[in-house]
Amino acid sequence: MAKLSYLDAIRDALFVAMEQDDNVFVLGEDVGKKGGVFKVTEGLQEKFGEMRVLDTPLAESNIVGTSVGAAMMGKRPVAEIQFAEYILPAVNQILNEAAKVRYRSDNDWNAPMVIRAPFGGGIHGALYHSQSIESIFVSTPGLKVVVPSTPADAKGLLMAAIKDNDPVLFFEHKKAYRLLKGEVPEGDYTIPLGKADVKREGDDITVITYGLCVNYAMQAAEQLSKEGYEAEILDLRTLYPLDKEAIIKAASKTGKVLLVTEDNLEGSLISEVSAIIGENCLYDLDAPIMRLAGPDVPSMPYAPPMEDYFMMNPDKIYNKMLELSEY
Amino acid sequence: MLSHKETDLSETDLQEMYRTMLLSRRLDERMWLLNRAGKLPFVISCQGQEATQVGAAFALDKDVDIINPYYRDLALVTHFGMTPEETMLSAFARGADVQSGGRQMPGHFSKKASNIMTQGSAVTTQIPHAVGASYVFKMNGEKRVSLATLGEGSTSQGDFHEGLNFAGVHKLPFICLIENNKYAISVPVHLQYGADKLSDRAVGYGMHGEQVDGNDPIAVYKVMKEARDRAVNGEGASLIEAMSIRLTPHSSDDDDKYREADELQKNKKDDCLESFKLYLLEEKIIDEAWLQTVEAEIKDTVNKATKAAEAAPYAAPEHTLKHVYEEVNNG
Repeated sequence: MAKLSYLDAIRDALFVAMEQDDNVFVLGEDVGKKGGVFKVTEGLQEKFGEMRVLDTPLAESNIVGTSVGAAMMGKRPVAEIQFAEYILPAVNQILNEAAKVRYRSDNDWNAPMVIRAPFGGGIHGALYHSQSIESIFVSTPGLKVVVPSTPADAKGLLMAAIKDNDPVLFFEHKKAYRLLKGEVPEGDYTIPLGKADVKREGDDITVITYGLCVNYAMQAAEQLSKEGYEAEILDLRTLYPLDKEAIIKAASKTGKVLLVTEDNLEGSLISEVSAIIGENCLYDLDAPIMRLAGPDVPSMPYAPPMEDYFMMNPDKIYNKMLELSEY
Repeated sequence: MLSHKETDLSETDLQEMYRTMLLSRRLDERMWLLNRAGKLPFVISCQGQEATQVGAAFALDKDVDIINPYYRDLALVTHFGMTPEETMLSAFARGADVQSGGRQMPGHFSKKASNIMTQGSAVTTQIPHAVGASYVFKMNGEKRVSLATLGEGSTSQGDFHEGLNFAGVHKLPFICLIENNKYAISVPVHLQYGADKLSDRAVGYGMHGEQVDGNDPIAVYKVMKEARDRAVNGEGASLIEAMSIRLTPHSSDDDDKYREADELQKNKKDDCLESFKLYLLEEKIIDEAWLQTVEAEIKDTVNKATKAAEAAPYAAPEHTLKHVYEEVNNG
């Protein structure tokens, strides 16, 4: 096993998937000659050619719409949207088209495609390069939404997403790209979609989160351990459809639940997770469900003090974990 | 009417074109009757646009080409393989509806076995789908084309621009056919676009553009055939604008009161079904006896299709839960 960054693991997944299956092709803005603005697709065009690693015009709806058409013809497009918030012009193609192809055609047509997009803040990206926009997509049956939290998960989940026969939205935390490193299995490696993962076992409190916040929660849990409290950490991995069984199990195990997201609080994914726990675990709970999220403001500001104020970090999570532990 | 001698259309082809136009018209008329009788909740028509649709359909190779039709294209999909019974099953929203299993309103055409891609209701999304399919043909080196059709109103959408731009960049084997019936529900062309001809936009996309008389199936056939030839010969995409007529209100829920009576009268006079019939009679390609036989056959076909579809059951209510994902059928 090689030690790879989160970014290198994603690139490795693309290389392996494209070598395995000629139907896989990559398209997006700057993905070809430049190798992507974050260099995720670097070297792909040299190896697989311009047709399979395509620099598209600057038009997101067309990137997704042509992917839908190509997918219906049997290809497996992996579209890149350069920054998650730029996906908004393509939302009609995602929600009204890709997600409904199988259902509306009564299983006659399907659209096996992946849309990758870097999301999240903490990289001085300001309002329009920092957003967490998963809440727009996580109530759309027909669509799967995946957010990996480690390099190994990034590879395994992306390879599974490419092999999946339905559309998958794959959000990559851009601060995690070079921050996170870890052992990544070589060659063909998949992790089933729709399954959450216990990243740390503990008996005192349960933290449920996803993306970069998993790493932050792991750091906070080590700190909390010194205070004598052990945290169970559940990484959702697939945000839609949610792994309800794993959520209920993890919440019931400790009876004290903290839900964490980098998104702003109102209407975020963790609100749905909270509802699942409220409906299913009432008699197992020993404390109110706690939620930790970004403030309810339009997006993450540029100036470092304001960015830090918005952005999640291990200290914020630690403080909330301690509060819950002592409840 | 363009003389068929300027094309490779045989007399049999011309008879088949007329037969498909007539079948589509009679199916459409029957659906209106059923709607007014309270048996169908909704109808949206092809009436007046059959010449454009049949001319285009016959210019393509239905065995290999892919079509992304819009909701008026009953004659186009009928040629591509949608049977009258399948049309009626969709109209009655029955479980055996091949287009959607009774999930979608009528006019949302889909049938994989006949190369008809599934359609939603948000207009113009089908343009990038067709363009994506044509990119696949180019990748695979296949001699196939994809066609997307749309009304002139849909050309105002962003997906029209984005899709045609991409098709132009890559010289894709793609044809965009605008069926310009001059109304987007009630909004007339002078409030829809400022160009003289929508086909002029082709210049901006680096593709061939051409306007054609959409009431003339032979003329439409000719320009579409040339467009297909260019596409499979690597000469790129085409934007064809067929000037057409909408003989009915927008749908069964529309009153058409925004159009003047004399305009509607004139439209009836210009009905493509009548003008094509007269042409075929004058050219002695058909005669009155042939017409009577074909009318009778089609009446019988429409009767049988209606009866079979009406007798067919709805899907079980729980079918609502099926086919969300490949692996999840929810029981």
